[in-house]
Amino acid sequence: MSGFAALVARDLRLVWRRPGDVAVVLAFFVVATTLFPLGIGPEANVLARIAAGVLWCAALFAALLSLDRLFAADFEDGTLDLLLLAPWPLELAALAKCGAHWIVTGLPLALLAPFLGVAFGLEPRALLALAATLLVGTPTLSLIGGLAAALTLGARKSGALLALLALPLCVPTLIFGAGAVEALATGGDFGAHLAVLAALALVALATTPWAIAAALRQAGE
Amino acid sequence: MADLHFLANPARFRRFSQRVLPSLAFATVLMMAVGLYMALIQSPPDYQQGDTVRIMFVHVPSAWLGMAGYALLAGLGASLLIWRHPLAALMARASAPVGAGFCAVCLLTGSLWGRPMWGAYWVWDARLTSMLLLFFLYLGHIALSRAYDEPERGDRAAAILALIGVINLPIIKFSVDWWNTLHQPASVARLGGPSIHPSILIPLLWMAATLLLLFVLLVLLRTDTEIDRRRLENAEPQS
Repeated sequence: MSGFAALVARDLRLVWRRPGDVAVVLAFFVVATTLFPLGIGPEANVLARIAAGVLWCAALFAALLSLDRLFAADFEDGTLDLLLLAPWPLELAALAKCGAHWIVTGLPLALLAPFLGVAFGLEPRALLALAATLLVGTPTLSLIGGLAAALTLGARKSGALLALLALPLCVPTLIFGAGAVEALATGGDFGAHLAVLAALALVALATTPWAIAAALRQAGE
Repeated sequence: MADLHFLANPARFRRFSQRVLPSLAFATVLMMAVGLYMALIQSPPDYQQGDTVRIMFVHVPSAWLGMAGYALLAGLGASLLIWRHPLAALMARASAPVGAGFCAVCLLTGSLWGRPMWGAYWVWDARLTSMLLLFFLYLGHIALSRAYDEPERGDRAAAILALIGVINLPIIKFSVDWWNTLHQPASVARLGGPSIHPSILIPLLWMAATLLLLFVLLVLLRTDTEIDRRRLENAEPQS
């Protein structure tokens, strides 16, 4: 377990030394959400209606944008070879990398989203709901995105390919994430949506580390 | 299972497919001719849908084969990762575009049927949407298997993707159904009644068998081509 903590701490330290990388992702999130009112028009009721879906889609794209370097830097400088040789499971290393990714992207996105929701005219209850769904849902995005990043390690045009692989697999999270906020507005069952979102996160947590480790092993051969 | 392992050797598979392919092609053409006659001429037009019901004879089997093709990809992926069968990789590479093709035929024929029946080429119906997502999964598989300079790496990455995809397919299907019932717009006319009349059902099953033969034929043919291509790539250049 100390290896797990050390790996998370190392990744966080790397980000801390170059905070610009995270700032770019958050800036993309803000700019991308700003484009929707510009493209759709400023009618307040329309914007409030689409806010959850727009913010969820933008968060999904922002999370994917930051993923293509998740394993690539380690692959290039040989860290990945050491992780493969290390005496503790590669699955834990994969989990640590995805966890660190979530701390530096999923968590700030979830905290930032309510402020953007205000601009879309969401009511306070919906703002809290939005942050809650993103907190529960973004770990799934980090895990599935981590798998796509591991599969495309060393591929040609890996960035676009990563998005093509990850986006269809992220559809359930998107549906229940945005659906939860909408359920709150229309009197549906918010708790049920959040529970399914958590279930999706747990399924991803239970399956993807093995797949990521398998992908990393075949990349390291 | 023993027979499948026997065919895992590309040279043996080659001999098998060379023997089977001509008669398989002949059978497919013959069944297709009979099936098209049954579907397009012999079967009666539907009392509500008229002649557009004939689209279903291609549409429904394509949907089945599109889904079965992904299950085949997952099976081949598992056999590549577990037994390292060299043929499984080549067959997965050969069958992914065939499965994606049947998916595309299903989506296109569905949209042609939807225009006169539902009044729109596309509606965000749960079944349409999950079929579209299945098509995207195929595209990801095809792109990933061809994205590496060393084809073996692409094969193994795509195999892992197919296995994860097959776990996710029911989840995607379930969530799209859920999403659709939440967003249900004006209710859409449903195909057929509680049961299908034999005059429609028999041509449908015949066409399903025909298209299954076509699927097998295309996969075998393309696997042969993949074996040749891999041999060419691995051949030492003559100096």
